Amino acid sequence: MAVLRKHGSFRLMVIMQKLGSFWMFLAGSLVVFAVIQVLLSTGAMGDVFQSTVVLIGINIILTVSLNLINGITGQFSLGHAGFMSVGAYASAIMTLDFNVPFPLALIIGGCVAALCGAIIGIPTLRLKGDYLAIATLGFGEIIRIVFLNTDYVGGAAGLSGIPNKTTWVWLFFFTLVSVILIQNFIRSKHGRACIAIRENEIAAEAMGINTTTYKVIAFMIGAFFAGIAGGLSAHFFYVINPSSFGFMKSFEILVMVVLGGLGSTSGAIIGAIVLTLLLTLLQPYPELRMIIYSASLVLMMIFRPGGLLGTKEFTLSFLNKKEGDPHGIASRSA
Amino acid sequence: MASQAVLLNVKEASRQFGGIRALTDVSIQLRSGELIGLIGPNGAGKTTLFNLLTGVYEPSQGEITLNGQSIGGKKPYEICQKGAARTFQNIRLFGEMTVAENIKIAYTQHAKYSVWASFFRLPGFYKGEKEIAEKTDELLKIFGLSEQKDEKSKNLSYGAQRRLEIARALAARPKLLLLDEPAAGMNPQETRELMNLIRWIREQFELTILLIEHDMSLVMGVCDRIYVLDQGKLIAEGTPERIRNNKAVIDAYLGQEA
Repeated sequence: MAVLRKHGSFRLMVIMQKLGSFWMFLAGSLVVFAVIQVLLSTGAMGDVFQSTVVLIGINIILTVSLNLINGITGQFSLGHAGFMSVGAYASAIMTLDFNVPFPLALIIGGCVAALCGAIIGIPTLRLKGDYLAIATLGFGEIIRIVFLNTDYVGGAAGLSGIPNKTTWVWLFFFTLVSVILIQNFIRSKHGRACIAIRENEIAAEAMGINTTTYKVIAFMIGAFFAGIAGGLSAHFFYVINPSSFGFMKSFEILVMVVLGGLGSTSGAIIGAIVLTLLLTLLQPYPELRMIIYSASLVLMMIFRPGGLLGTKEFTLSFLNKKEGDPHGIASRSA
Repeated sequence: MASQAVLLNVKEASRQFGGIRALTDVSIQLRSGELIGLIGPNGAGKTTLFNLLTGVYEPSQGEITLNGQSIGGKKPYEICQKGAARTFQNIRLFGEMTVAENIKIAYTQHAKYSVWASFFRLPGFYKGEKEIAEKTDELLKIFGLSEQKDEKSKNLSYGAQRRLEIARALAARPKLLLLDEPAAGMNPQETRELMNLIRWIREQFELTILLIEHDMSLVMGVCDRIYVLDQGKLIAEGTPERIRNNKAVIDAYLGQEA
């Protein structure tokens, strides 16, 4: 066996392991980027493919950012569509009325959403569990109603004629950066503090962690990236109106996060991909669509109640075990 | 010892819950470096006093100062940052986090790097994390938890969980350590080991310790002085020798054969 291991594919795995999970993730993402770029530019796939890919990217940003609030910090928020709409409107106004360059408009949209996150988070985050869920749901609806009744942003008709600037390249770039930044936050002392709040708020506070501050920070970061996702979606679909950011949208994002596994970034990504694909593939069968969608969720909760990945992250650490000498197992059991 | 500065001063602190007086006019003083026991029957108000000291509750009346600063009514995290850390009667670890991460949490306040540094992996992040990791390894070694450092803390044995809680409290670098029934659920052998550990960390970390405990061999064995609470009131104070022979304490708590 030892001889075998020194050869061929195994050596590649060792190299992959040595590169570390971050660079592997980056390399993997770039491969995905290149493949899809080729498929798009050769026109091998149709418009449906393109819009599905864009939707997946937007949903990944939404689920990873919601996972930071719900899964990592343990604060049950149902207002994510509200923050998404703030980002969508703010960035659309920037490009429509002020001719701001697209990436800058997205970031401004994100900042406005983060500001809303702070304004909503500071009073509501003293609530816990179901009460927080209801309060954030309410605030999400308030945001929607405000847009519905503001003539400047078109009221019920919404904004239209938004320039189509969300290309695959921009989408990929923003999705990748969002995931990396959020993951960097989670894997730092600040992220650990957020997890500690989820695990035991009283103990976290007794260990010198200002729980209110960290909850608001997590809420603001989540809202910021939801705003970015909103901006990307506004600049892809030309039109935005308040009805597309109702609480059903918040639920949809939440379902993706829960399906992937609350508390796992890779789970959130997989949840976004799986459910977006499922909904797109079922599009030709409108009468069966919601039945299959709901049935798959029910089955999921029966067979994997913790979500596809649970709180685990998808890593390459399994390579380590194979690579390691026999002491690996022995020392662990000792 | 008597010449040492007063670290913790509780002056006539009271706490009411509705009509119930959980604590009435309790005054205690801890000088730097002392190891003080707090005993009394169940429901005497020992944990309530701890909760006042650590900011979980606000005192209804009275004054609490730590190192000359008033801490009555301050938030728990502020009190921790001012130098008082605690363990809990019913263990409160971060169950899904690893043993090492549990300790790293308490170092959060000491490693100074911003949210931006963590986002963009600025040099400060690596410096801070390295420092945290080194300090954590040191503590794990002291507490004999190095082997299990990557285990989820909820999977540790009961005794190891108790030790981890003390290690975590020490990581907050307190001047005052509050231990709420550290020997609860331990067998005599483990209790003896814990006794030695408490003595040792007190020397090593130059700590002042306030200890709630029902195990009299532990309390009498390690404490310099003992305060006795009964029905929310302080009924006695003194050296273990004096407490053992105090009539009021025998009646309320120790019983005849003690």
